[in-house]
Amino acid sequence: MQLALTRKKENVETMSVKKKDRITDIFVFIFLTMGAIVMIAPLLWMVSTSLKSKDEVFSLPPVWIPTDISFNKYFEIWNMGPLLSGISNSLIVALSVTIVGTFTSSLAAFAFAKLNFRGKNKIFLLLFASVMIPYPVLMIPQFMMFSEIGWVDTLLPLIVPGLFGNIFMIFFLRQFLNSIPNSIIEAAKIDGCSYFQIFYKIVFPLIKPAVAAQLILWFMAIWNDYLGPILYLNSPEKQTLQLVIANFNASYAIQSDYPLIMAASVVALLPMLIVFMIFQKQIIESIAISGVKG
Amino acid sequence: MKTKPISKLYRTEQRYAYLFVAAPVIGFFLFALIPLMYSFYGAFTNWNGLGQMKFIGLKNFINVFQDEYFYKAMYNTLFMMIGIPIGIVLALLLALALNRGIFGTNTFRVIYYIPVISSIAAVSILWQWAYNGDYGLVNQFLDLIGIDGPNWLQNANTVKPALIVMAIWKGLGYTMLLYLAALQSVPRSYYEAAKLDGANAWHCFWYITLPMVKPVTFFIIVTNIIGGAQIFTEINVMTPTGGPEYSSASAVFYIWQKSFGNFQLGYASAMALVLGLFIFIITLFQFRMNEKSSFDLD
Repeated sequence: MQLALTRKKENVETMSVKKKDRITDIFVFIFLTMGAIVMIAPLLWMVSTSLKSKDEVFSLPPVWIPTDISFNKYFEIWNMGPLLSGISNSLIVALSVTIVGTFTSSLAAFAFAKLNFRGKNKIFLLLFASVMIPYPVLMIPQFMMFSEIGWVDTLLPLIVPGLFGNIFMIFFLRQFLNSIPNSIIEAAKIDGCSYFQIFYKIVFPLIKPAVAAQLILWFMAIWNDYLGPILYLNSPEKQTLQLVIANFNASYAIQSDYPLIMAASVVALLPMLIVFMIFQKQIIESIAISGVKG
Repeated sequence: MKTKPISKLYRTEQRYAYLFVAAPVIGFFLFALIPLMYSFYGAFTNWNGLGQMKFIGLKNFINVFQDEYFYKAMYNTLFMMIGIPIGIVLALLLALALNRGIFGTNTFRVIYYIPVISSIAAVSILWQWAYNGDYGLVNQFLDLIGIDGPNWLQNANTVKPALIVMAIWKGLGYTMLLYLAALQSVPRSYYEAAKLDGANAWHCFWYITLPMVKPVTFFIIVTNIIGGAQIFTEINVMTPTGGPEYSSASAVFYIWQKSFGNFQLGYASAMALVLGLFIFIITLFQFRMNEKSSFDLD
């Protein structure tokens, strides 16, 4: 719509301006293409390395497309380290946190946006203040607390705190809910809906798109998390995927088995890449909103 | 505060509301407030995770400020923030380019965003390989233009720039996207009015675009500094010992080594608090500066 409007305006403008704009556009396109190559080259290099033989990795000048494309490393990696348990551990953490945490967060967001209770703003500010506390300050006492109850080297320290909700999600959903008229909720109250019914029959369906975008972003953050897992998880079969590939890197770099390391890294990247490709519109939109509102 | 009649209906509503916000509030106490207080207490003790926590006053804090490794780690952390302004300028340029609505805008947006969604561990592994002195992608590329690149991560002078470049590459797409959204919300009429008054492209950029995206710039600077002060994963993966001459160790890396390597928990807590306070003061300062220089349109 906006694009159409600008096009129309461009027609009104004089020819010389239009021609100048065209030339600028071409330069801008070249600039963007060069930038895009720089952005994507390291990732393509990773894929290319993973398909090479161990010797071809060290050939000079470098080869972008391997002479014998071999997918062997993608079969080998599963026996060379606990990659499969890494994936399932990452999935367990990310799924349980995002599913339960999204429920608690959206319920709280509903209360903060649409219900009246004493101290509402104060409680919200209190929760929001926790954003100000950097994780390094909390990680030592949290670790000691979890070690006291014997949760070290289990997935629980990574799961349990997330179940109580996420203040960023509460914040964004509350913003989103503010745009929904109160009259809908008042009407439901008059019709005799309980507060819980109002939430899951009326409010939740309305905020579903916003919830989905926030859930995906949260899922990605947990999937990619490294500091939390490295603090708590020691045994190889307990580790999340990110730790597993970091250990691949540490152990196989000495043997300079770069194709193996890169294949494992590709496997770690691929799920989020697929999620991003599927939901790119929603992800990009909700990121853009976060900046404008934040 | 509004005075509400304390009706039965209102009391029911209030009860449900408290129930609904209970989980995050409990979470806040259990995983933020109590640990924070614990951390304050621990910083004044000789806490080592095993024996009694003995109160030793300010000794940890005095030691922190006499610890040359702490200074080195703080210096490294601050040094690596040089990437923030570079990233912001590049991202703004990209956003301006994409805002022209040229062919392939959506594809470019997706490509530039891929590093952002990529796991930092995998990206670090990849860049460690790319910075390999003999066979890495970076030196191969430099070779094409006749530069003999160093072994980036093994050299005390190049390890930080190498990490900075990687951080810019990783974060560019996110910053660009925020700027793009901000640019799209600037009303076209401002530019048209300025053009009528004889403003050129540079004037438009300097007097309209830049002030209009200032809130986003502020948001980016604040979040980047908070994030930059906590840089850890890249360093842990790419230079597991803290780099040559400890020249890539960040503050969080040092805190992590002290607490989970040496079990000097009290000392590490003191360092973490100093770092936390440092972040807090810088953020507060930025908010003050922002207030001073802001103005309202309309």
